[in-house]
Amino acid sequence: MREAGKGAGAEPREDDVPDLATLSGAGLVSGLRKGDAVTVQSRTTPAVSFTLNGAPIEVAVEAGVSLLDLLRERLDLTGTKKGCNQGACGVCTVLVDGRRVLGCLTLVAQLDAREVTTIEGVGTPEQPHDLQRAFIGADGFQCGYCTSGQICSALGMLRELADGVPSAVAEHVAAQPGSSELEMRERMSGNLCRCGAYNGIVDAIAAYADAAGGHR
Amino acid sequence: MIPASFDYVAPTSVADALAALAEAGDDAKVLAGGQSLLPILRMRLNAPEKVIDLGRIEELKGVSEDGDHVVIGAMTTYADVLASDLVRQHAGLLTDAIAEVADPQIRHRGTVGGALVHADPAGDVGAPALALETEFVITGSGGERTVAAADFFQDLFETAVGEGELLTAIRVPKHTGWGHRYEKFVRVSHQWSIVAVAATVRVDGGTIAEARIGLTNMGSTPLRATAVEQALVGKAATDEAVREACAAAAEGTNPPSDLNGDSDYRRHLATVLARRAVLAAAGA
Ligand SMILES: Cc1cc2nc3c(=O)[nH]c(=O)nc-3n(C[C@H](O)[C@H](O)[C@H](O)COP(=O)(O)OP(=O)(O)OC[C@H]3O[C@@H](n4cnc5c(N)ncnc54)[C@H](O)[C@@H]3O)c2cc1C
Ligand code: FES
Ligand code: FES
Repeated sequence: MREAGKGAGAEPREDDVPDLATLSGAGLVSGLRKGDAVTVQSRTTPAVSFTLNGAPIEVAVEAGVSLLDLLRERLDLTGTKKGCNQGACGVCTVLVDGRRVLGCLTLVAQLDAREVTTIEGVGTPEQPHDLQRAFIGADGFQCGYCTSGQICSALGMLRELADGVPSAVAEHVAAQPGSSELEMRERMSGNLCRCGAYNGIVDAIAAYADAAGGHR
Repeated sequence: MIPASFDYVAPTSVADALAALAEAGDDAKVLAGGQSLLPILRMRLNAPEKVIDLGRIEELKGVSEDGDHVVIGAMTTYADVLASDLVRQHAGLLTDAIAEVADPQIRHRGTVGGALVHADPAGDVGAPALALETEFVITGSGGERTVAAADFFQDLFETAVGEGELLTAIRVPKHTGWGHRYEKFVRVSHQWSIVAVAATVRVDGGTIAEARIGLTNMGSTPLRATAVEQALVGKAATDEAVREACAAAAEGTNPPSDLNGDSDYRRHLATVLARRAVLAAAGA
């Protein structure tokens, strides 16, 4: 296969100068943590500046570091979870410029000047977001591992619905998206729930959307 | 699950990207949305010295109109194509297919150019691009060249984009007023196509005047079902006539056998999905 050509099976190169992560901004200064060990033999990338949960942040990490690893291993923002680490489960869903994307398939280097929102920026234990309350009210989880991804995804999804983004289950791609349960399930299909709490998840999102003004 | 280390550059123009590519030679890899490349790097199927991120090149993004063509920049995300009225109006088959690619999260980062150059035979954009007779604009240090869809897909993960070159845009001939449908067969919602059929037809007074049909995952590249296309011309858009024409959907194909189905099963699927796609496209 094309990708397996040159460099296939390459060992980590030995010539790289160890380079420690430098992080600053928004009270998120972080020293060496467990995650740094895995990236010690790496090159650096120019500093990247973006907004994280409303606060500016500047980081300089190796080019291969994903947003997910930055959040969890360097910033101790562990609300965003890691499941498959290859795009298939959705537990690492965060919002970048209001659009839901996968933290595991986004490099920190790609975030310059972007706005990132994680579950920590959605609500707090003291002041949960209304959608978080709705998840509690409707039993939208069992173990909770997928929940932050579900919630970030649902927030992005409701905005897409309001914007008229078409979906595959609509009768016609040009049709204004409907608000059926089928539609919601299709639009949330990037978020798996191993516990199978889907009914509660759909109920929670519907309850929140109804209360928030009918966009669902 | 950690990629080998690499240098990262993010040029802001095609010219700068080509220069970076020329300098690094075959040690470089181009990064578009990363939705295929990042898993590949992480699994160490590839370990480039340098990754050239096209994400900051504005001239590669967006949908525009150029006479009889809709032009889509290589770095336009699936989500932006999905939201494009121009594409919906003139190349609805692409909208249909892109609505079925992976899931919304991946569609927010994955790009049309990345998908086409990646050229996974189970990918959902190749067959509609082929059926719509898309032209591929490829740019290298020597300038720009345009390649017909029939010559673009060469083999498994192989396209006409050579070393040191970039796919910069696709030009989709307008199929205004044509009906369209992408029939994708999967077991769970966001799976890769086991088989899919892309159909777009022009119906004139209840009769199929023209038909273009692409097949996904029926060989090492996307394929055109030319036998079906020819058989449909002049036929009434009825279940019986369409069923008869679509019996030839697997002619000349070489589908894979895997855990999702053996090649005979896929051949059968192609005929069923072709019938469904054509009937829906014809509004029957
Ligand atoms: C869980 C999961 C499910 C998926 N399901 C589907 C599915 O159902 N259907 C489907 O079609 N796809 C699916 N995909 C793949 C997805 O569509 C990818 O996004 C797409 O194949 C690659 O686009 P990209 O922009 O992310 O490209 P990248 O991953 O960034 O690049 C892909 C390749 O193309 C090269 N490249 C990119 N752009 C250019 C350019 N302009 N010029 C030259 N070379 C270039 C890169 O060097 C790389 O080799 C799935 C992916 C994942 C992770
Ligand atoms: S961890 Fe990112 S999709 Fe599974
Ligand atoms: S609540 Fe356990 S995975 Fe969803």
